Amino acid sequence: MLRRLLRNPLAAAGGLIVLALFAAAAGAPWLAPYDPSDFDAAYVLDGPSVRHLLGTDGLGRDVLSRMLFGARVSLMVGFVSVGIASLVGVTLGAVAGYFRGVVDTVLMRFVDVMLTFPTFFLILAVIAYLDASIWNIMLVIGLTSWMGVCRLVRAEVLSLRERDFLVAAEALGMKPSRVILRHALPNAMAPVFVAGILGVAGAILVESALSFLGIGVQPPQPSWGNILTEGKSTLGVAWWLSVCPGLAILITVLGYNLLGEGLRDVLDPRLRAR
Amino acid sequence: MSAGSTNAPMASAGSTNAPMASAGGTNAPMASAAASPLLRAVGLTKTFRVAGRLFGGDRSVHAVTDVNLEFGAGRTIGIVGESGCGKSTLGRLLLRLLLPTAGRVEFDGTDLATLSPRDLRAARRHMQIVFQDPYASLNPRMKIGRIVGEGLEVHGVASGKAAREQVLELMARVGLTADAYDRYPHEFSGGQRQRVGIARALALSPRFIVADEPVSALDVSIGAQILNLLLELQDERGLAYAFISHDLRVVEHVSHQVAVMYLGRIVELAPAREIYTGARHPYTQALLSAVPTVDGKDRRQRVVLGGDVPSPLDPPSGCAFHPRCPIAVARCRVEAPQLVSDGGHRTACHLVGDGNPSAGGDVPPPVRHDPAPA
Amino acid sequence: MSKVSTVSDVSDVRGTNGKRLLDVRGLATAFDTSEGIVRAVDGVDFHVGEGETVALVGESGCGKSVTALSILRLVQAPAGRIVAGRIELAGVNLLELPEAEMRKVRGAKIAMIFQEPMTSLNPVLTVGYQIAEAVRLHRGLSKREAWKEAVRVLDLVEIPDAAERAAGYPHQLSGGMRQRVMIAMALSCDPRLLIADEPTTALDVTIQAQILELLDSLRARLGMALLLITHDLGVVAERAERVLVMYAGRVIEEGPVDRVFAEPHHPYTRGLLRSVPRLGRERAPLATIPGVVPKLNALPAGCRFRDRCDAAVAECASVDPALEPLGEGRRVACIVATRRGGLES
Ligand SMILES: Nc1ncnc2c1ncn2[C@@H]1O[C@H](COP(=O)(O)OP(=O)(O)OP(=O)(O)O)[C@@H](O)[C@H]1O
Ligand SMILES: Nc1ncnc2c1ncn2[C@@H]1O[C@H](COP(=O)(O)OP(=O)(O)OP(=O)(O)O)[C@@H](O)[C@H]1O
Ligand code: SF4
Ligand SMILES: [Mg+2]
Ligand SMILES: [Mg+2]
Repeated sequence: MLRRLLRNPLAAAGGLIVLALFAAAAGAPWLAPYDPSDFDAAYVLDGPSVRHLLGTDGLGRDVLSRMLFGARVSLMVGFVSVGIASLVGVTLGAVAGYFRGVVDTVLMRFVDVMLTFPTFFLILAVIAYLDASIWNIMLVIGLTSWMGVCRLVRAEVLSLRERDFLVAAEALGMKPSRVILRHALPNAMAPVFVAGILGVAGAILVESALSFLGIGVQPPQPSWGNILTEGKSTLGVAWWLSVCPGLAILITVLGYNLLGEGLRDVLDPRLRAR
Repeated sequence: MSAGSTNAPMASAGSTNAPMASAGGTNAPMASAAASPLLRAVGLTKTFRVAGRLFGGDRSVHAVTDVNLEFGAGRTIGIVGESGCGKSTLGRLLLRLLLPTAGRVEFDGTDLATLSPRDLRAARRHMQIVFQDPYASLNPRMKIGRIVGEGLEVHGVASGKAAREQVLELMARVGLTADAYDRYPHEFSGGQRQRVGIARALALSPRFIVADEPVSALDVSIGAQILNLLLELQDERGLAYAFISHDLRVVEHVSHQVAVMYLGRIVELAPAREIYTGARHPYTQALLSAVPTVDGKDRRQRVVLGGDVPSPLDPPSGCAFHPRCPIAVARCRVEAPQLVSDGGHRTACHLVGDGNPSAGGDVPPPVRHDPAPA
Repeated sequence: MSKVSTVSDVSDVRGTNGKRLLDVRGLATAFDTSEGIVRAVDGVDFHVGEGETVALVGESGCGKSVTALSILRLVQAPAGRIVAGRIELAGVNLLELPEAEMRKVRGAKIAMIFQEPMTSLNPVLTVGYQIAEAVRLHRGLSKREAWKEAVRVLDLVEIPDAAERAAGYPHQLSGGMRQRVMIAMALSCDPRLLIADEPTTALDVTIQAQILELLDSLRARLGMALLLITHDLGVVAERAERVLVMYAGRVIEEGPVDRVFAEPHHPYTRGLLRSVPRLGRERAPLATIPGVVPKLNALPAGCRFRDRCDAAVAECASVDPALEPLGEGRRVACIVATRRGGLES
């Protein structure tokens, strides 16, 4: 499977980007030349130089270091919120697909209702009531983005339900929970995996947007979104403050999308030429 | 439930029918059958609702209508019919893997509908199923050993080393080598997978097995191996089979009794020998004559049925077979014939059994296509 | 038609069935797979006479479909290719024809129908249009004439209300009707040879009987030859004059159906016939052939049936038997059978 993935140059590039991001985030404490909240008073709003590779911000903090630590925030938000979304989506989707009938109808109407809310504004509304902590943000993003996964899993389980090996499991007298967990879900996870990877990109975007608007990750904790906010006000004098986080977000989202699409081609036998 | 963990979970305490009690209390319709049947289907009916055309509202598919069957230990009832006539639906109804729209299934005298979900799960170990498609019937992500042994684990029959040993024994019995234990289904051929499916069904020592076209997807020489295996297992363990197939040759080969289905109904039910030597329903006769046989061209008179199998969405009026029936009379178009018994041979045809073959009068008397070879 | 006629070098050894229409010699077709090169068809010899019905039987994967596709040169390149042999149609070696000439052979001289009629029909075009298109392509008729021709052939395959049905779409037809449409399309250009690859496997028994009956009567009426591919020995017994039994990429027995079925010479044919359930034999265990069909890239040395064979002798491990004549128009690829002049049962 890995070989097939690597044979697709775009997917391989996506994979490489994602790997690099992981490395950057994991290695931030060692890779970063400075502590992200250390002030270098002599070099406020200083452009890229040997001393500060990506320049400094209005408080004289090293942008490269802040970007590296910001990558940790992005990744964490991406994965934790997708994790929450997947957990909710997979559970509800599997239950709806397995039990069908009334359970299915009720759950799917709920999904429809959730989908009619414009997610971003829903998040804004919720964040307005809660503290704008990173945990709340992940929770809110997760709880507003599970519907796609839910539908995917439901459809998958619904079609698996007709497959003989699931009937066989039921005929052996297994409990529904066991049939779902051991037999249905392992065979329904491929599209969830793909959706998850694509979802990470979406969650990172949402987090950046929230932080950019000042209701996301709160300074002094660095995040690409809030670096960008500062960049906006100093666009005329310090282009690097906008370009660095902007490019980082762009490349990250691109990377996850490429990887996700590549995985879809590899994992989804319906798209695969025989 | 209290009795759930004993080795006879069907004998639930509150049950009115004493399970294995002989004749007492049961009102078996077939007086000749001495012991009470292992599994009894009474008036089984299944109607599926399907979305109709735009603005048409829902429509119903009468997949199975009023089926009555009695399965005795060590006996096989073959169920034949063309695609879509309801064979698989019937098979699943018998195991309560589908809920009937009407009618009931009794196992050992207990109506399965009266069992709690938990007791039903416990009861499932006595009744198993083998499928047609050896590719779809095994979980592609489980190793063979797990697939075969999962039932033991679920019912707490055996675990760990003991389970492994039992599984290996079963695998050997159905002709799989021990090295298959740790391999995945995709590494096996269709015939071998079918053996895995049979081993899985046997693991809990069931007493009743629904075999839904177990050899239809296999080559003749491999299919023959599987049929032999099923026959041997029946002799060894006194299994009762519902053997579903569209191939009369195969059905005859394994069955004591044969039920011929057409559009959800049983149109003929008789001992296997009688079906092949004295089929009475014109549909059975046509099926028999359509079966290609290896025994040369000096064959019986051929009845090639015209027309297509009608859609169960809108079955013909009266006798569902009348548009294709070579001997249909006026009455067939309006009145659905009942399954009438004549010495243990049941037929649902107006022109059979009432001793008045030309009932309708506007058609010449029926020509019997005698299936006995010249 | 092509002018590159080649004189058949075997024209003087005609069979009992008059003129040879199709003559296949030493055909070998290979596929590149992840497990190396596989010879799916490995030296196949047979012929089909004018107007004759020949059945090609064998178990799944033995190379029946690949043989049929090879005759039409439709094996999917680049993975698959014909690596050896000649395929002569009325004396012309099809393997030497340029692709443009070959296209004229397909459909016009040799037509083929497949197992699954739905996948071979375009769902968004009317059946009449699809047939008319084929007719126009091969016979250069006008639109109107082609449509008339389409209706005529639909009528020929006994589709009721052919004129109306021609304007319908494939999904409006039942499986049996679709197979009739496929046959109609195949017949629309009046081919000399019709190859039917498992034409009834996907159909119900009673519908199967209708289609086979139809094929039989059309063959007789139109005087075409029929190469009937099937795994159902019953169908062979009832419909074919001659039978070719394939095993693992080879024809291992050939002869008139009644003779072969009454007295099979090859141990495989014998085993196959014994393992067929028959009417009128209740609950007796069937004879079986032990083991499974070997993988094509792991064939045993010598005779490829050896390790499943109940008649094998020591020599079978070293000699790869060729298809040898054995009288009565029969041939068999088994050294034991050839030596004894047949197998004793
Ligand atoms: N879940 C379902 N919903 C709606 N209709 C169904 C469902 N299952 C089966 N049917 C319909 O019920 C009828 C009987 O189907 P069933 O699968 O029992 O036939 P069968 O005799 O087993 O056919 P085959 O030989 O093709 O397996 C068919 O017309 C089918 O379309
Ligand atoms: N495109 C392909 N690539 C690789 N191998 C192939 C391909 N097509 C066929 N084969 C191999 O060639 C062999 C013969 O296949 P073929 O389809 O001719 O069998 P068949 O006799 O028609 O079987 P069936 O009864 O299942 O239709 C098989 O072992 C198959 O795996
Ligand atoms: S009841 Fe009438 S229509 Fe039905 S099979 Fe008998 S004769 Fe034919
Ligand atoms: Mg079925
Ligand atoms: Mg084929």
